[in-house]
Amino acid sequence: MSNEIKPGDVLLDLEDVSLSFGGVKAIRNVGFDIKKGEVRAIIGPNGAGKTSMLNVINGFYHPQEGTITYKGLKRHDMQPYVAASQGIARTFQNVALFRGMSTLDNIMAGRTLKMHKNFFWQMFYYGPARAEEMEHREKVEHVIDFLEIAHLRRTPVGRLPYGLQKRVELARALAMEPELLLLDEPMAGMNLEEKEDMSRFILEVNNEFGTTIALIEHDIGVVMDLSDRVVVLNYGQKLADGTPAEVSSDQAVIDAYLGVAH
Amino acid sequence: MPILAWRIRGTMMDMLYNIVVDPFVQMFGTPDFLLQVIWEGFVSGTLYALLALGFVLIFKASGVFNFAQGIMVVFAALTLVGLHAIGMPAYVALILTIGVMGLLALGVERFIMRKLVNQPDIILFMATIGLTYFLIGFGEMIFGGEPQKMIAEELGLPTGPDDNIAFDVFGGVVILEYRDIAAAVVAALLVFFLGFFFSKTRIGRALRAVADDHQAALSVGISLNQIWAIVWFASGIVALATGIMWGAKSDVSFALQIIALKALPVLVLGGFTSIPGAIVGGLIIGIGEKLFEIYWGGLMGGGVESWFAYVIALVFLLFRPQGLFGEKIIDRI
Repeated sequence: MSNEIKPGDVLLDLEDVSLSFGGVKAIRNVGFDIKKGEVRAIIGPNGAGKTSMLNVINGFYHPQEGTITYKGLKRHDMQPYVAASQGIARTFQNVALFRGMSTLDNIMAGRTLKMHKNFFWQMFYYGPARAEEMEHREKVEHVIDFLEIAHLRRTPVGRLPYGLQKRVELARALAMEPELLLLDEPMAGMNLEEKEDMSRFILEVNNEFGTTIALIEHDIGVVMDLSDRVVVLNYGQKLADGTPAEVSSDQAVIDAYLGVAH
Repeated sequence: MPILAWRIRGTMMDMLYNIVVDPFVQMFGTPDFLLQVIWEGFVSGTLYALLALGFVLIFKASGVFNFAQGIMVVFAALTLVGLHAIGMPAYVALILTIGVMGLLALGVERFIMRKLVNQPDIILFMATIGLTYFLIGFGEMIFGGEPQKMIAEELGLPTGPDDNIAFDVFGGVVILEYRDIAAAVVAALLVFFLGFFFSKTRIGRALRAVADDHQAALSVGISLNQIWAIVWFASGIVALATGIMWGAKSDVSFALQIIALKALPVLVLGGFTSIPGAIVGGLIIGIGEKLFEIYWGGLMGGGVESWFAYVIALVFLLFRPQGLFGEKIIDRI
């Protein structure tokens, strides 16, 4: 990355992106950008193509049309693990954790790309590999402290309640030290208190580490409080784009959410 | 009819005596023989454990029961013997065989696993059955169908039943063959390394991560292709070790492929995802079936060794389906 991207510059730019599965058009000619350091919300009714959008950004889906520019470089059919290596981390709508593994191991898995000691040393867990493991363990402990899940280190994540699973998932994404963090409904199914905790974490991540965040959320109150800019999707098309105040007064958005009299 | 009742009670008592008392009287009457039986069981147990280990590796990383593990054992052993037969020194042949198993792993990843990403496990299982028959045909084409002698001696392994150490215990003698001791040591080393590798290292963690959730693994930057190649290679190495150890005891033939299915009850017992489980399961089955054959087999006309393992597996499936050491099956509803 020769040209360093400063806060406020465009980090990710999507232009005219279309994605279809057979005859179903999930996304139709959508374009928007995400600036470095901002919290960008993607909202819209169910089936609007929000999760598909994240999947496109993160390389799970490859759009048939349109261009994606990340850090000033055009990408073509990028694999998810390549996206991860370029600093894109994410969480999932239906928590996707390594259920059989402990909280600690789950978060350590997020460090995969930061660890480089080769297969040979790994085999014997000796010398460099061991030192490396210790070093990364320390980083992971920071994340664990930050998200206040220290007491869950050894618990298999499958046993945790849903709200905490979401938090572990966020921890795993943070352990990757991402530049762009994609959160798919980070507060779905949470009670008020858990939502407040999660909002606090999201803002702190954004403030302290300067991580750019793109999030999908249904709770409009949360979206208005957290995000700098909002893009609204409906039936795979872009409906509106702007600050929370602009978007919430947009007539098309109100119609989409509340319905129109025909 | 009090006399008949007495007689029935008498036979029942006899039966109970034969099942519950007599075997133990025999065991403790000749403790040296008992020890010998346990040792024999231990030896076949380590071989079962080695077999099971190959299955566990692949199961851990892809959630698939690799039906082809048995034939991989045969294939690895035959490759080793074959390379030696065309004039290569034993150790060169060994290294080349490791290379061949690496190529096989890459091939499996490239032409099978990669094509079947995100398919249900049963599809992958069927693919491993296909791989089994491919390897049988391919192996017979190259090496012929004849049983071969393992080059144990050339590899510096102890051979033959005469190469042994005898202990005087309990007024009798217990004989341990060196090749059996070697098999146990190899198994122990493999287990130690693999166990450590899986639980402590980045790649080990990535392997488990892939088994748990493909999508999540991809999102943290784990390449499925690389992980699968590594895990198939590791199980190829385990197959080679199994082939050498087993081949040192009997010949290397395609029949070994069927014996490999003995690993199934071992896995049910130890848990499909546990490396220590494979070992403990293997030993329990190995020792259990020998003891049962010797001391209880006579009551049922012998031949119990062939089904004893499966009955144990059945009992475990009923009462502890995750096995002794398997990961608890946790599902939120």
